[in-house]
Amino acid sequence: MIEEVLVTARFNDKIDPSLGIWTWEIAFYLFMGGMAAGIMLFAAWAVLARKQDDLDFAHNRFALWAPIVLSLGMTTLFLDLEYKIHVFRFYTSFQPASPMSWGAWVLVLIYPLMVVQVLSTLRAGYPVLAGWLERLPGGSLILDLCENRRRLIAWLVIPSAIALGIYTGVLLSSLSARPFWNSGMLGPLFLISGLSTAAVLPLLAGAVGKERRFFETSDMSLITVEIAMITLFLITLATGAAQHLGALDLVFGGEYTIPFWLWFVIPGLLIPVVLEIVALRGNRLFGLAAAVLVVYGGFMLRYLMVEIGQASTWGDYAVQFDPALLMRLSQ
Amino acid sequence: MTNYAMVIDTLACIGCGDCVVACKNENKVPAGLNRDWVVEATRGEYPNLETEFRSERCNHCRHATCVTSCPTGASHHWKDSNIVLVTAAKCTGCKACIAACPYDARMIMRPEGYVDKCTFCHHRVDQGLDPACVDSCPTHCMYFGILDNRDSIVSRLLRERRYKVLMPETGNQPQVYYLI
Repeated sequence: MIEEVLVTARFNDKIDPSLGIWTWEIAFYLFMGGMAAGIMLFAAWAVLARKQDDLDFAHNRFALWAPIVLSLGMTTLFLDLEYKIHVFRFYTSFQPASPMSWGAWVLVLIYPLMVVQVLSTLRAGYPVLAGWLERLPGGSLILDLCENRRRLIAWLVIPSAIALGIYTGVLLSSLSARPFWNSGMLGPLFLISGLSTAAVLPLLAGAVGKERRFFETSDMSLITVEIAMITLFLITLATGAAQHLGALDLVFGGEYTIPFWLWFVIPGLLIPVVLEIVALRGNRLFGLAAAVLVVYGGFMLRYLMVEIGQASTWGDYAVQFDPALLMRLSQ
Repeated sequence: MTNYAMVIDTLACIGCGDCVVACKNENKVPAGLNRDWVVEATRGEYPNLETEFRSERCNHCRHATCVTSCPTGASHHWKDSNIVLVTAAKCTGCKACIAACPYDARMIMRPEGYVDKCTFCHHRVDQGLDPACVDSCPTHCMYFGILDNRDSIVSRLLRERRYKVLMPETGNQPQVYYLI
């Protein structure tokens, strides 16, 4: 038997009784970051593979979604900061040992790349927007420049978007104090999940014919890989040390068992795969239902990873100070 | 790197909490927040029980994951020592350092939002004084000094007594030692 009691109070906000510093804001940012990376990759691939006939949406219109999606994520990231007026401090130094610092500077690289990727597709995908831009001084010149270098831009997008997608997972896995995150699988897992959630967006946007079939097939393959990666992630924990086994217990009998399996794995991964198999036989409604569930599953993956990681720890006190008990004395 | 260490004799500690009060007074720690705390750990089966009191705080790790995770350099080692400080003017409140600390020794200051923690009272250390918690201990169970100096009280105690650190398996090389 071991009983540990805090003799003096340490009920620090968001630290006690268990860590709760990051909630939906960070999960949403990681989700949107991964999705933006996936959009950029599909849009770049469509250009490099010369799929302008088969993948019209991906080739000409998809790229514009990436900065919108990423900016929504950046907004919630900003909302999460406790000292918001110091946000500029991310850009007054570079800390090579900090993945978050790398992430901040990768975004500086990503945003201009997103803009030129969008500009290279604007005339073909959004002629009205291109018309507005052409009315500005030098607008036509910029559009010409970007269109003429469309393949070069696509080549530059590929490694940058992969870095963005992987970074969202590395951000968590680098924090060794939280055993549930201690896996190199998180980076690739979040990248694949980001690609998967991006792949269903054209389906929701009404892609038809070959393009619909391409994205349905792609997403089915990506979800299959994602399931395999989650399995490997759990195996990594299962073959780890005591603190990793303790973290694994959170989803195998512990407090996150039901959320992980019933709210994420089944509706967010397994059901969409089944629905997509049916959709490939021509039932479009099943495809749309699968797409909605994939987006839901992508968010739930990040949300639960953030939550469970914070619940996992190297050591915890058996009994904690509970200020609610003091309130009972006055009743 | 100058290696400052705190040594706490768990056999002499009575868990009075004076160290916590001294810290709050010295560092003007707001109500509801605590930089240090006292744990009473009881092990065994009745009637063979063993109780240990531990005054806990930031371990001022030599390999401080809170420092390496900080994206702005706000968390840093003071004057090439193991004392870990946070520069409030550089802190964004991103909380990466809180997630990176296996000891949960950090806290968010309200209403500003920057992260704060035990400093080993570096402002006192700079003047050759002990941290306030060490200075105030009524049973004199807390010691502070430079571990690199073989003649310091902390070096001597660690040579002569059995000791432990909390969760050495994290690899953070904590510098708060408990005599057992």
